[in-house]
Amino acid sequence: MVNFSGARMIEVGTVLPERVFEIDRELLVAYANASGDHNPIHQNEEFAQSVGLPNVIAHGMLTMALVGKYVTDWAGGSASVKEFGARFVKPVIVPAGEKVDLTVSATVAEIKGDRISLTISATSAGVKVLGMAKAVVLK
Amino acid sequence: MLNPDSVGRTFNGAETITVSQSQINSFASVLGETKTDVAPPTFSIRITLDQMQKILSGSEVNLDWSRLVHGDQKFEINRPIKAGDSLTCSSTIESYRVAAGNEIVTVRGDLFSGSELVVSTWSTLVVRA
Repeated sequence: MVNFSGARMIEVGTVLPERVFEIDRELLVAYANASGDHNPIHQNEEFAQSVGLPNVIAHGMLTMALVGKYVTDWAGGSASVKEFGARFVKPVIVPAGEKVDLTVSATVAEIKGDRISLTISATSAGVKVLGMAKAVVLK
Repeated sequence: MLNPDSVGRTFNGAETITVSQSQINSFASVLGETKTDVAPPTFSIRITLDQMQKILSGSEVNLDWSRLVHGDQKFEINRPIKAGDSLTCSSTIESYRVAAGNEIVTVRGDLFSGSELVVSTWSTLVVRA
């Protein structure tokens, strides 16, 4: 639940604080194991390049899961999330030995009854990676 | 190519998937989530994509899973998934089109606990030309 008391005023247009997640190859391995998605484009540079990708890329669903963490932390827990959607517009490219950023921010788009709609921005290396990203959470 | 007769059809998964606390913990841990009383909002993808693959890549529907990329994803969560849930998945092929040789299919996955609809997901999957 969102805490409306104290200094936290939430209204349409309120911008939520930006947060930066770090993604590296280790995280891709951990997500592959946790999700069961062992597609080699998320692990193997040679394979990724053989199918036309610039390098290993993060699972779109890992990106979305991290954005989900951003939303749940703000909304007060996983149980507060009622809707969540996004389009995978560009991959998050994860070179070996590097930590790349996933930079997330959001704006309150609508408040209706007990629900708050957020529009979400997610970029990596300055490139927008999710499009039409939205979540609906319980107040 | 996807069998056009499958568009609009609903396929009921044969399996019942029981969610364990360790599956939730491992998914949450990747995200740095320490509260594991319920699953993170995108946890259901590990069930629905696996169930969709079994149905869509079978001979009846015939989607080429090896050249698949994920176009978009949406979740509607009636209630969060928790450990001990026994879920079945029904997959509905809601739309299908071919653009510039790419096959674009939107599949709805409904996760049920008995007759209770727990989570609905929509996955747009693109088979690259």
